[in-house]
Amino acid sequence: MTAGPLLSLGAVLVLAPALPGVATKTKSLLTGRRGAPVLQLYWDLVRLLRKGAVYSTTTSWMFRLAPVAGAVTPLLAAILLPLDGRGAVLQFSGDFVAFAALLALGRFTLILAALDTGSSFEGMGASRDAAFASLVEPALFLCFVVLMLATGRLSLSGMLGAAPAPSLAMVAVSLFFVLLAEASRVPVDDPATHLELTMIHEVAVLDHSGPDLALLLYGAALRMALFAALPVSVLVSRAEWVAPLALAVLVAGMVLVAVAVGIIESSMARLRLSRVPQFLVAASVLASLGVILQLLT
Amino acid sequence: MERLADLVLLLVLLTSFLILGTTRLTTCIRAVAVQGGLLGVLPLVLEPQWSAHTLGLATGTILVKAIVLPWFLTWAIREAAVRREVEPRLGYIASLILGVVAVAVASAVATRLPVPGTHPVLLLATSLSCVIMGLLVLATRAKALIQVVGYLMLENGIYVFGLTSVDRVPFLVEIGVLLDVFVGVFIMGIVVFHINREFDSLDSARLTELKD
Repeated sequence: MTAGPLLSLGAVLVLAPALPGVATKTKSLLTGRRGAPVLQLYWDLVRLLRKGAVYSTTTSWMFRLAPVAGAVTPLLAAILLPLDGRGAVLQFSGDFVAFAALLALGRFTLILAALDTGSSFEGMGASRDAAFASLVEPALFLCFVVLMLATGRLSLSGMLGAAPAPSLAMVAVSLFFVLLAEASRVPVDDPATHLELTMIHEVAVLDHSGPDLALLLYGAALRMALFAALPVSVLVSRAEWVAPLALAVLVAGMVLVAVAVGIIESSMARLRLSRVPQFLVAASVLASLGVILQLLT
Repeated sequence: MERLADLVLLLVLLTSFLILGTTRLTTCIRAVAVQGGLLGVLPLVLEPQWSAHTLGLATGTILVKAIVLPWFLTWAIREAAVRREVEPRLGYIASLILGVVAVAVASAVATRLPVPGTHPVLLLATSLSCVIMGLLVLATRAKALIQVVGYLMLENGIYVFGLTSVDRVPFLVEIGVLLDVFVGVFIMGIVVFHINREFDSLDSARLTELKD
């Protein structure tokens, strides 16, 4: 194995915390404010890592497991993703199921930890997280189905990098919707809200502190980076390019996706909770349109 | 050129889905306006060499479908002071899923349909799915104004189908159809306006209560 995949993996791991910063900066600039620096999350992580953690007496080992799982599962999922456009660090037939399962596992432990605190707010956030996650997953898998049909390959490294086609545009848009849900951004969730009743992801991590919170924040940023890398890899096939160029294009694409997230965030309000499922079904609808188009051509 | 045509057709499909999924009346009308504009561009990207025929068709379509009719529907909303919600009889999620089924059926039929000439497969699939989704909107939305939008979607589907034989159908026939649609929507708008003034509601289900 060459160093290419490892190098891009390392670059994405290092750059991931900048993505939420780019989205927030875009939102601030568009709404006429100066906004926090793009690298704010790095400082937050450093600050949190130097603090101690506080644990409620009602919590159990589950509560302490969640932050670790929340950071490790996206990391393992990142290993499966062909970030340099050629191949992943680890690839096998059907690894896209492992990719989805790892991310779901991270979410599952977070939900259990939120329930573990015994707080009603966190329980509510956990139940919403679970409900929306179950609606996002069909969209993600339908996207993978389109990619499989387009390339005839069963691993992420093979299926990302198909020749451009109308169906792939649908997949990219659908994956962008999935990103908005998975990274808890507007219109599914609002990362800036401070009202427990309306929060989804934020309320689930409310009781974590210190290094635990740092791990969760980093895991969430990495999750966003992975879902930003997916549509970029679908739209731009980078297999023939030299490694530095492929990596630069990936990073530029991810920054563009983060800017798009910021633009959406500044131009529309969060959807009413009862309307969110409709938005998530729309993602599945786009993906199934992609399937139909792929079968048509 | 084929790529570009595919892109336009995809956008036409997406605007249809937007109409099925949106909760706002004004969004519906904007979406149908965008769809009209895309349909106007369509003959230009389908035919590599532009003739007076295609240019006339494009300008006529854009003028009527993207500017005049949406403006008129917006006027009707404002004058009739309609509530801005769509209020469907069938839920949004069910409508969206039925829309996907419509596209699937249309694609299955489109691949088998013996149409003379060579066209992108997507052209026939888009036209048939627009027709079905227009019928869906007509059947499942209570508001008379949205039913007009459904009628327009239906007509847009037929227009796309007509593009398969753009070199054989005389220009006059197409302009005639365009005029018919224009007059049809105009009359519907006036009728909707009067229904609203008489009965304080645009719910077509209540039309059964009409008496002397």
